[in-house]
Amino acid sequence: MEYGLIYLILAAIFGLFMAWGIGANDVANAMATSVGSRVLTIKQAVFIAAIFEFAGAVLAGGEVTNTIRSGIIEVGLLEDYPEELIFGMLAALLAAGTWLLIASTMGWPVSTTHSIVGAIMGFAITGLGWGAVHWPVVGSIVASWVISPVLAGCVAYMLFRSVQLLILDRRDPITSARRFVPLYIFATGFIMTLMTTLKGLQHVGLELGTAESCGIAVIVGATLAVGGKLVIDRIPIDPSLDREFHYTNVERIFAVLMVITACAMAFSHGSNDVANAIGPVAAVLTIVQSGEVAGKAPVPIWVLLLGAAGIVAGLLMLGHRVIATVGREITQLTPSRGFACELAAAGTVVMASSFGIPVSTTHTLVGAVLGVGLARGIAALNLSAVRRIFLSWVVTLPAGGILSVIFFHIMRISFS
Amino acid sequence: MIGRSYFSGIFGTSPIKPLQEHVTKAVECAEQLVPLFEAVARNDFDEVAAVQAEISRLEDEADDMKKELRMRLPRTLFMPVDRRDVLEMLRLQDRIANRSKDIAGLVLGRRMTLPGSLVTPFMEFVQRSIDAVRQAKKTVDELDELVETGFRGSEVAVVEALLEDLDRIEKDTDNMQIRLRRSLRDMEDTLPAVDVMFLYRVLELVGKLADNAQQVGARLQIMLAR
Repeated sequence: MEYGLIYLILAAIFGLFMAWGIGANDVANAMATSVGSRVLTIKQAVFIAAIFEFAGAVLAGGEVTNTIRSGIIEVGLLEDYPEELIFGMLAALLAAGTWLLIASTMGWPVSTTHSIVGAIMGFAITGLGWGAVHWPVVGSIVASWVISPVLAGCVAYMLFRSVQLLILDRRDPITSARRFVPLYIFATGFIMTLMTTLKGLQHVGLELGTAESCGIAVIVGATLAVGGKLVIDRIPIDPSLDREFHYTNVERIFAVLMVITACAMAFSHGSNDVANAIGPVAAVLTIVQSGEVAGKAPVPIWVLLLGAAGIVAGLLMLGHRVIATVGREITQLTPSRGFACELAAAGTVVMASSFGIPVSTTHTLVGAVLGVGLARGIAALNLSAVRRIFLSWVVTLPAGGILSVIFFHIMRISFS
Repeated sequence: MIGRSYFSGIFGTSPIKPLQEHVTKAVECAEQLVPLFEAVARNDFDEVAAVQAEISRLEDEADDMKKELRMRLPRTLFMPVDRRDVLEMLRLQDRIANRSKDIAGLVLGRRMTLPGSLVTPFMEFVQRSIDAVRQAKKTVDELDELVETGFRGSEVAVVEALLEDLDRIEKDTDNMQIRLRRSLRDMEDTLPAVDVMFLYRVLELVGKLADNAQQVGARLQIMLAR
């Protein structure tokens, strides 16, 4: 391939920039909940986010990356024109990046996932024809954009109701919290580990059976629960704190749980969103390396590492500022409800990751917050803002698509 | 790629704190009635005027708080309590402040005189009405705990106990008012007729203060029942 190396370098640069943007901006939504409830300081949040975004991207980011790389487009149609696909993927990255830049300067609620999927579909439809889009996959992706917030909302509702029944509505909520919070910690560790090990670890060269996965998940969950229990038992109960607000000490116990769910949130975000940046890079890499469009080999680990590094770089350079800003605005989610939102969202997103479905982490989290709200758990939610967020992808898909068509043609002209 | 986060935008401003601050202000208004009537008993109308001015100032503040909270409750706000209940509660709380101001204005304008034998029972009656207002504030103060527990469980029992106390206090004021009216009736012949009419009116207004407090509690009960 004549310009193979140039294509690859361009893809790496665009992909890195996109990953950087995700780290700088998107991570904040996942982490701000914990900062807003004062469970984590900014530094701690950045530290946790860096580690777990990285781990999530590398360990569990492969499936979604695969979908973005070769699931959305019928790559078989492009057997004879591998360069078309390269231009398309580069254009998609540029388009999604540009659209996100425009949207965030205008303050529009736009999702990275929707942008990149829209952009890839855009160049496929206009550049290659309607038949080039792999409609069943796209159909399930779009369906998941509706299902994931709804699912997270239902789970969050049930989680918060269980917290009410088991802890908050009891006569002695502190004792109940000490007893039951370790169980929630176990559940968090179990679900996250199970979803990751069941399908994700192939890319790291580790394949586990269902029984093994379950075993590992139980061990991880139990270890976390025991550790959490030890920490919780050492929290001194200060009755004077409860004078103003009677549940201050209970919330302090929930804070331990929220540290764990914050890790889960960062992990799941990394596992799903890294693909938005490096899925197209992986596609370009496959073609340049093998000359074929339909690469069957798993996504190379170093591509995932590249994406993970980009996210962490963005997070360290700008993310802390955004987390601080967003955190200041989210003070209503105290640990007892923040954890329910985070666990529901993280579980949903990491499940989508293991099925290789790109979903919007923020939308899922918004769904979870609404779920807790329905359980009468949040003092005030702004429904018009919620509506705007959920309607945004209707605009984002065509916008990303149109931009990518423009970039696609520019690419084609300048390289031929 | 730095923009304002749209995620935080889904959280509206909670009406709970402002509602609690407003009721605190209303209680402050009502509490001024004690120094007001003490000054009346002493026939010290300079002091009555001073207290009346103070009540008027507090009532203005409560009014501003009411308007500000109303502005911050758009129709699209999703809350664990009905928006109409919040607005109604705010209106009822504000009536406590208004009522206090009305009483003070009336007392100052007519230069009320309180027969010596009535001073003690009357002051007790005023105190008890203010107790009712304070009790209403206590229940409103539990609103953030109610949000924390999602309006369920043992916290509901705590609030219901407070509401029962409120009802009892209000009943006390009713009985005191009846007794005071009877005493006043017995001395009707010895007092100027207009003074008597005026005293009946003041008794009625102070009694209504406790009624208002009870209505605030009733609204809270409706919130619990949803």
